[in-house]
Amino acid sequence: MRNNRRLTWLAAAAALLLAAQAHAILPIQHWQAKSGARVYFVENRNLPMFDLSVEFPAGAGYDTREKSGAASMTSQLLRLGAGGMSEDEIARQLADVGAQLSPQFEADRAGLALRTLSGAAERRQALDIYARVLQQPEFPAAVLEREKVRLISALKEADTKPETIAALSFSRLVYREHPYALRSTGEAGTVSTLTREDLAAFYRRHYVAQRAVVAIIGDLSREEAAAIAEQVTAGLPQSAGSEPQLPPVAALDAGSTRIISHPALQSHILIGAPGISRGDADYFTLFVGNYVLGGGGFVSRITEEVRQKRGLAYSAYSYFAPQLQRGPFVIGMQTQRDQAQEALAVVQKTLRDFIDDGPTEKELTAAKQNIVGGFPLRIDSNRKIHGYLALIGFYRLPLTYLDDFVKNVESVSVAGIKSAFARRIDPDKLVTVVVGAAEDKTVTSLTTH
Amino acid sequence: MRAIVKPDHRAPVAVVMLWYRVGSVDEFNGTTGVAHVLEHMMFKGTNSVPAGEFSKVIAAAGGRDNAFTSRDYTGYFQTLHKSELPLAMKLEADRMVNLVLAQEEFAKEIKVVMEERRWRTDDRARSIVYEQLLKSAFGAHPYRRPVIGWMNDLENMRVEDAREFYQRWYAPNNAILVVVGDVDPQQVFALAEQQFGSIAPKILPVRKPQEEPPQIGIKRITVKAPAEQPYVLMAYRVPVLRDPENDWEPYALDMLAGVLDGNEAARLNRALVREEQLVSSAGADYDNVARGPGLFYLSAVPTPGKTPQQAEQGLRRELQKIASDGVSEDEMKRIRAQLIASQVYQRDSMFYQAREIGVMEASGLSYKTLDLMIEKLKQVTPGQVQAVAKKYFSDDTLTVAYLDPQPVAGRRPAAPPAGLRHAQ
Repeated sequence: MRNNRRLTWLAAAAALLLAAQAHAILPIQHWQAKSGARVYFVENRNLPMFDLSVEFPAGAGYDTREKSGAASMTSQLLRLGAGGMSEDEIARQLADVGAQLSPQFEADRAGLALRTLSGAAERRQALDIYARVLQQPEFPAAVLEREKVRLISALKEADTKPETIAALSFSRLVYREHPYALRSTGEAGTVSTLTREDLAAFYRRHYVAQRAVVAIIGDLSREEAAAIAEQVTAGLPQSAGSEPQLPPVAALDAGSTRIISHPALQSHILIGAPGISRGDADYFTLFVGNYVLGGGGFVSRITEEVRQKRGLAYSAYSYFAPQLQRGPFVIGMQTQRDQAQEALAVVQKTLRDFIDDGPTEKELTAAKQNIVGGFPLRIDSNRKIHGYLALIGFYRLPLTYLDDFVKNVESVSVAGIKSAFARRIDPDKLVTVVVGAAEDKTVTSLTTH
Repeated sequence: MRAIVKPDHRAPVAVVMLWYRVGSVDEFNGTTGVAHVLEHMMFKGTNSVPAGEFSKVIAAAGGRDNAFTSRDYTGYFQTLHKSELPLAMKLEADRMVNLVLAQEEFAKEIKVVMEERRWRTDDRARSIVYEQLLKSAFGAHPYRRPVIGWMNDLENMRVEDAREFYQRWYAPNNAILVVVGDVDPQQVFALAEQQFGSIAPKILPVRKPQEEPPQIGIKRITVKAPAEQPYVLMAYRVPVLRDPENDWEPYALDMLAGVLDGNEAARLNRALVREEQLVSSAGADYDNVARGPGLFYLSAVPTPGKTPQQAEQGLRRELQKIASDGVSEDEMKRIRAQLIASQVYQRDSMFYQAREIGVMEASGLSYKTLDLMIEKLKQVTPGQVQAVAKKYFSDDTLTVAYLDPQPVAGRRPAAPPAGLRHAQ
């Protein structure tokens, strides 16, 4: 049987990645640092380098409406002045040892990632700067003012782009009063009001040792990794009170359609609704089901119907983006304006058919073959493994997440997919946004954002 | 056919790339974009593998596949478990000779390519600036034409154009197989022999050099397109690598790009973005590997209230400083450190390693020169960087493009066109 053969490969993958612990696909070591931070570590001596990240529940979802953009600006400014060093000194000293420092920022999490050579001199210098940037950011007022000007200018530029207009409108309709509706970088109007005190306060409240997640992979021993985890989290702010919680996302009461005119040649179309949270029991069922619907690239139904059969779009897709609270389910595509109606009808029918009938057994088998057979590709580099470490750590997924991945995919059934989609996606309660539909003449009762 | 194998045993995975030494540079006026259209059609069926089946078979084997077209080359790749290597090679060998190119499939796919052009270029102001800049910078050389092709050529393309291009250029003696992964080179070579060995070579067309005549004065263009921010893109004519052993200028130009924009502490960001706050962002870009003529790019987005003219002057000032005062050994050391580190970081990605080898081979340089190039870059002196900054950055070989932002009218709710009203 074909799938059994795939499992043999996985055994081979495991044997390669971890001679010592043949029972696990990836030997994740996990402990809590003295600071309270949760640490996730994989030792990998193949290359003389390592990847490190520290992340917090400090993403855009933790912004308030009034100070929207504080979360993003805080993460951006960490490395622009810290521990007595100017932004220029920080940049120079990192570049001197070839280290790469990058802010991480999403709806839920925010933090900093570092990639550096593992040689003693490079490591010492890179970690010294990383520790300062993470634990002693200064948020210099002059730098903030400059960055505000740059960001506002970039926001105005982005506001002219149909894809931005579509994405913002979509978020607002799907998430309404929920913080996930806020623009992740803030709006020009809120960004302009941000002060260094706002950033410092956001930092103190959200970049807290007890909630830090440290993910490390590379050319280090467990002892070295432990020392690094202490070095970069011991000086973080201490928790003062309970962990800030994101409110739950309410389901949509009704469907809505927003059509926004734009002179672009293509209409940008987004369809969707609140989807699922991380750790949802239906996650694997929906993940496999969506592969058939619009996640499987060239072989998905949406691509087949929209692109392969009709040539209506270059790119058409669907995905679930699980977050702490229900992340979005999204279908997206772009097509020449006068075809928007046709493309929309095709996608809507494709979705309805899928929800009504589910995938065929043949489609499900093909999906499993790809996801199971392609599993080694998910962990074939340090960068990808690091991504899983950070994900497992932040969302408190089981340490056996990767070990169980194949089993979880294998256990998905046609009936399960049909049931999960029917429960989760109501085709009559979807948000539809079309930007660039037509040269309009009249303003209708639809309001815009 | 050349086959190059680089073992990487970190995971039981292999990347297979088949490169053809043919790209948009080999197109003729009237059929621009045909190299890329053919790349799309390579997924549309052979005598034994029906349209769309290629990707399905690779997907069922747990693989991912795609392709890319550039000015100088066209590449096809699959990433999959190492045990599926024979499958990928068999499918590649099949479509090297047995492509059907059916009219019906072509009619749909050309529409997809036109959508791709609208998405990549027509609706993106800065992409249009880049396209127009190349058209101005080159008068004779085919680099003046966009890889995706002019829209009118796409509208008038026929399946015969793609077939002719396929018959002309797709042959084992115009291809390079690159495999990186958990494989044994001898086994891969044997597989390659088995799959591709019986395919007959072709007599390839003689390529005319189509050399670009010397530029004898500055060229300036303005592009009006929907945007908020203005934008400046400048391109200077510079040499590229022809003799990796004896050339030195392309290496010095590469280091110059690093000094200007190789890291966050580099000159453009430090001086223009942070200190002067003249621009919101600035960049320098130079690729020393190409079959055709080289360009050294500088770009910037002026800060609100500043003009493209001021941004251009700022960029020129930074070049001028290097031409007159040179660069410090510290800056050079910093670029070298990054070069060394990036050599290690790149080995984390099999795809990147395969791509690097393929680019060299498809551009007419051997993969064996990759290490030599790193050594040569490390040997570049501050004096050499100053020398190229003096020599190559005169107005006479410069093309400048400004984006003149146009208001995006009518960003308000539209009356739904008939039909869309009932879409929900």
